[in-house]
Amino acid sequence: MKWATCDLADYALRKADDTLVLGQRLSEWCGHGPVLEQDIALTNVALDLIGQARGYYQMAAAWRADGSTEDDLAYRRDAHLYGNHLLVELPNGHWGDTLARQFFFDAYNFFLLEQLSKSPVPELSALAQKAYKEVSYHAQFSAEWIIRLGDGTDESHTKIQQSVNRLWAYTGELFEDTDLDRKLDGAVPLPSTFRADWLQKMREVFALATLELPDPNAYMQKGGLHGRHTEHLGYILAEMQYLPRAYPDAKW
Amino acid sequence: MGEEISLEHRFQAYVDADNKVEPKDWMPEKYRKTMIRQISQHAHSEVVGMLPEANWITRAPSLRSKLILLAKVQDEGGHGLYLYSAAETLGISREELLDDLLAGRAKYSSIFNYPTLSWADMGAVGWLVDGAAIANQVMLCRTSYGPYARAMVRICKEESFHQRQGYEIMMHLAAGTPEQKAMAQDALNRWWWPSLMMFGPPDDQSPNTAQSMAWRIKRKTNDELRQEFVDKTVPQVEFLGLNVPDSHLKWNEAREHYDFGPIDWEEFFQVVGGNGPCNKERLAARQKAHDDGMWVREAALAHAKKRAAASASNALKTSAA
Repeated sequence: MKWATCDLADYALRKADDTLVLGQRLSEWCGHGPVLEQDIALTNVALDLIGQARGYYQMAAAWRADGSTEDDLAYRRDAHLYGNHLLVELPNGHWGDTLARQFFFDAYNFFLLEQLSKSPVPELSALAQKAYKEVSYHAQFSAEWIIRLGDGTDESHTKIQQSVNRLWAYTGELFEDTDLDRKLDGAVPLPSTFRADWLQKMREVFALATLELPDPNAYMQKGGLHGRHTEHLGYILAEMQYLPRAYPDAKW
Repeated sequence: MGEEISLEHRFQAYVDADNKVEPKDWMPEKYRKTMIRQISQHAHSEVVGMLPEANWITRAPSLRSKLILLAKVQDEGGHGLYLYSAAETLGISREELLDDLLAGRAKYSSIFNYPTLSWADMGAVGWLVDGAAIANQVMLCRTSYGPYARAMVRICKEESFHQRQGYEIMMHLAAGTPEQKAMAQDALNRWWWPSLMMFGPPDDQSPNTAQSMAWRIKRKTNDELRQEFVDKTVPQVEFLGLNVPDSHLKWNEAREHYDFGPIDWEEFFQVVGGNGPCNKERLAARQKAHDDGMWVREAALAHAKKRAAASASNALKTSAA
């Protein structure tokens, strides 16, 4: 293989962190959704994402070949070692905030997996092909909610437009090409290459939702891919990692 | 009046012969009310019961255990859905049932008014609480009301999986570090007695039992089910190397059953009456989800109406052309 396994491991970790942190956030909704059917549906998305995270962590552990397990990687790394995008760690807020965050990420993940499923690295392409089917459904689910809320009542229209505007500054980072992406040229897509597709998807769905698309050239927040996070991630990890940290010798 | 009495006789003969009552069949009004009360209580228990376990999803100690717990709590939501649907066949809407829950007019299983304080509670709840629920629900697979019996068949399959999952957590803890084993024992201490209370008051103080047995809604009494549960569970406790928190527990050779100590019915009735450790929190959480979700449900309805209107007007245009 012409790519270094340590780079592939780092790449898999970033994807794992994205899907785990977002899955963790979505799982906070379980039991508290606006209606039972949607509670169940959103939990399905959480289950898929955490399932994908396990796949990526297992892949990363195998490439690292240092004896670490999926759980070591999820539960024993501190925030500055996490490489997820800032978007996925933002708080759930209300249903509209959660679904706007979800739609931004799902559409990104959809185009990413479409490319990644053609990767010459068999581990990556196999996982991406399976995840692509799941994420096609996620993207449909979140797009439908954007449309429903945008084209629902005046109140829902105002709320979802505010959610979109508030979260917009966290979408630029999704298309940041890092040195790691470039080192893995040929094995993984450069995120900037599918930004136009993503923006086109945003335009289509926002038109149906009667929502305004914020300025694509607006100033964007970044840092997550390099371990510089929002203040939220520390709390997510403190909660998620508490048992393995408090009882380091225990097996669960 | 005479006709009503003869209908009731025929109904009784019908259920005596082990036939299933279906939604469009004639049934005594009191049977309908009893079924609505029982099925909706069961549905509410599933939905409120999501809360104590959801409390630990974000803190599950491994990715595998997080996925399993998340899927389990989701299953409870699914059970809530089937059961609300079964209740709706009796001529009441889900909205009315939810209003009754939030207004405190409807009950749910009191066990969910106890807090989940450690990861071991995810084991104990699955093993003991779901175990007690299964004892009841296996019986309900043969209950006389058809839609309820059929919902129960499906629910029982999933519940027995949940129980094994709970027991698996307990096995890991009991075989783990001394701290993990202590965690498991502490959870057993706290959940044992409330689990025995789940079968309801003793037969001589259970106002609905006789009628429910006659209508074949219930097929075993509260005390019978409780005894079966104790007999089945004690060996499982022993296998774990833990102790049942009951100094009176003893195998009775003559009865071929375990004898067990007195249950604190005062606690039971206090918890049922609203004074359990988490009654207020559980209802407040349901109320908050309901209130916070209001604008979302309204938006979904408004959008569905717009869409229906648009497709109707498109259909008109097409037929005009």
